[in-house]
Amino acid sequence: MAEKSASEYRGSIHQQQKELMLDWYQRLDHAAETGDPPTVSMMISGNCVELLEGFGAIPLYPEVNALQLAIRHQSLEPILAAEEMGYAGDNCAYVKADIGCMLKGITPTGGRLPKPTLVLCNFVGCNTYVKWFEHVAAFTGAPLYVLDVPFLRGDQPSQADIDYVVRQLKEVVLQIEMLTGRKFDYDRFRQSVAYSSEVEDLWSQIKHLAKYSPSPFDAYFDAITLMGPLYVYRGKREGVEFFRAALNELKEKAQAGNGIYEQERFRVVVEGPPPYPYFRTFRDMFASWSAVAVASTYSTVGGLWEFGFRHDPKCPFESVAMHMLAQNVTNRNYLQRYDQIRRYVQEWKADGVIIHFVKSCRLFSAGQGDMRDYFTKQLGVPTLYIESDLEDPRYFAEAQTKNRIDAFFESLEHAKHTAGHAVFERSR
Amino acid sequence: MKEFERTFDSLYEGMQDLSFAGVRNWKELHPGAKAVAFFPVYAPMELVHAAGMLPVLLSGAGDRLDIQHADSRFGSFICSIIKTTMEMAMTGHLEPFDGLLFSSICDSARNLCFVVKRNYPQMYVDFLHLPHSTSESSVDFLDAEYRRIITELERLGGAPVRQAALNRSIELYNEQRRLVRCLYDLRAQSPHLLRAWESYVLIRSGNLMPVEAHIEVLKQALDYLPTRPGKKRDAIRVVIEGAFCEQPPLELIRLLENAGCDIVEDDLAIAQRWFTEDVPLTGDPVRALAESYVQRSVYSSVRHDFSKPRWEGLAEKVRGTRAEAVIFLIAKFCEPAYFDFVLFKKKVDEMGLPHLLLEFEEKLFTFDRLRTEVETFVESLVFD
Repeated sequence: MAEKSASEYRGSIHQQQKELMLDWYQRLDHAAETGDPPTVSMMISGNCVELLEGFGAIPLYPEVNALQLAIRHQSLEPILAAEEMGYAGDNCAYVKADIGCMLKGITPTGGRLPKPTLVLCNFVGCNTYVKWFEHVAAFTGAPLYVLDVPFLRGDQPSQADIDYVVRQLKEVVLQIEMLTGRKFDYDRFRQSVAYSSEVEDLWSQIKHLAKYSPSPFDAYFDAITLMGPLYVYRGKREGVEFFRAALNELKEKAQAGNGIYEQERFRVVVEGPPPYPYFRTFRDMFASWSAVAVASTYSTVGGLWEFGFRHDPKCPFESVAMHMLAQNVTNRNYLQRYDQIRRYVQEWKADGVIIHFVKSCRLFSAGQGDMRDYFTKQLGVPTLYIESDLEDPRYFAEAQTKNRIDAFFESLEHAKHTAGHAVFERSR
Repeated sequence: MKEFERTFDSLYEGMQDLSFAGVRNWKELHPGAKAVAFFPVYAPMELVHAAGMLPVLLSGAGDRLDIQHADSRFGSFICSIIKTTMEMAMTGHLEPFDGLLFSSICDSARNLCFVVKRNYPQMYVDFLHLPHSTSESSVDFLDAEYRRIITELERLGGAPVRQAALNRSIELYNEQRRLVRCLYDLRAQSPHLLRAWESYVLIRSGNLMPVEAHIEVLKQALDYLPTRPGKKRDAIRVVIEGAFCEQPPLELIRLLENAGCDIVEDDLAIAQRWFTEDVPLTGDPVRALAESYVQRSVYSSVRHDFSKPRWEGLAEKVRGTRAEAVIFLIAKFCEPAYFDFVLFKKKVDEMGLPHLLLEFEEKLFTFDRLRTEVETFVESLVFD
């Protein structure tokens, strides 16, 4: 692919992010060596990282490991190893990469990863999580707790839903106490919830900066970079400091009228995870059109904060439950996702929606044809539908994807020239 | 009872009927009454029955409906039953139903629920969260979830659901499940008296008819079958695992039998055997149903009990039926079955049992490749 290094914003936050994540991997390496601190495997979606702070425990995110491998072009080997042992070609490739790595002793940084003190399946909407963590527990011999989070069937969770999750969170506390011999520090937990609330406020402000035209950052590709610290450090002071610095840096840029390109030509909303094995290539396909993502659903997997939700230290357990139940894209129902994207298009003033189907993730992708139907036919919003995978490099058809993206922006450009913005105004 | 032999054909015909004539007839006979369909795998039929409605368990459309519209809503890598169900909705086949319920079996089915909801706002479409945990709090949660569904059904039907009606419904479904268990016992003990495809037709047809009528069919079958003339044959006793949601074509089941397999256990149409024992009739009926789901369900790839791994359930099934092999029959793109295959296979390997993996789609027209695979497998065991 063409070198597009100038098409991308690289600020000091990118360097800080890298350092924070390396520091996290070093602590995991230390835990693998000494058994300290305790580690808890968790899923990114709707993670309850604040609870771990009550034990001084650190999270272990198999998804982050998997995506790191894919970005470094190392995912195929473990995927093939997993398929060799019976996983299907059509199983989620995140799971295959993770299990394959575990069996082959591969890690993203080359450092060690500990056997988790507890495998905590914070099931939020993704049925694959349940299987994945069951397999992790079976292959590592680590204890498993499945935190069953009722799917959001209506607009809001019921009291029974909240009570159910709170009771399970308290069971998790007891279980970690039993496994580690450590007493749960409620004040530290509450403090962590307070840090989360601050981080969420900063993160939300960052998300809203993308309403500027030009947007000071890409709310898909750059947001993904910021997601690491968001999930690992959300409930910590370091998280608050990092996101404060990020907000300042981006705000300054926005107010100075600096975007990520010399001239921002298109504003899009992106739905679905990225093709990590071709992350850079994919980004360049948008960069060559000076197209910026002003919002994305994938960046709300771990939490949806731009519409106002914050953790609340006054009711820490309940607010953690609320976050898991209702404030992350994966546990919200499909029509709520349509509505989330609709708001992005209208409030962030986007020209169109990019729907990226990934074969691994049926949670994201099953039904995206209907989503497209809704946006194009009901709302009159231009959409582009493309297919690949988030982890398996075998499913990325570079030329075809590029052709489709080029054709989409060409037609957007044509529409802009011939009809001004009239085509898009209908949806607003 | 010679005439009972003809029952299989008529039940099979009814099972294949995508116009749901039986459901339409029932509604004509019960003016104003509603019919509520469920997407597989399990559903608390008792709640719908107690509301005076006809519960129906859908099973896709097999090879009887061309996909012309649903592909544009659900793209690649999505299993067939999702698409055929969507196609049925888009072509008016679900018109006899006033409600449609889905549950937390997999991500595709869940998204389908909301896609149907958007496209058919006149229909009552709901999603039932069945717990993935057997934590103590799960029973309380499911109890509340069932009461929520009951409230919705009361709104749909315009009449309250009474405790006495719930008890009566539980009693009926207990009876249906007991008879189905008897049928499985008979088949495991004397496979020559009842072929797997016949038992499958007897059971699956019950998904579409009133439970009272199905109980009569099952009773007649159990009266007749032990007296049926049948010759024992030299065959391999196999357990089928993995076809709990999308259903294989009947011809595939016949193919397995013709190739020399006695299918002594399976997880086809498993809803009618969902509980290991009767739902208690003492105490509160809603609580009893919730407790039974959480504590006394059969193992299944779409229901999780982490105190007892599912592969142990499979091992017990194999031992209990003295099976000699396991055939994994998995619908294409069925992720719960794909995942479970890895750990199930590990267990079956540890038990020293041979196994075969077959992938199918409800819409299959050529069986030659599958036939060759099965015949080779069976031969390798016979001449081992």
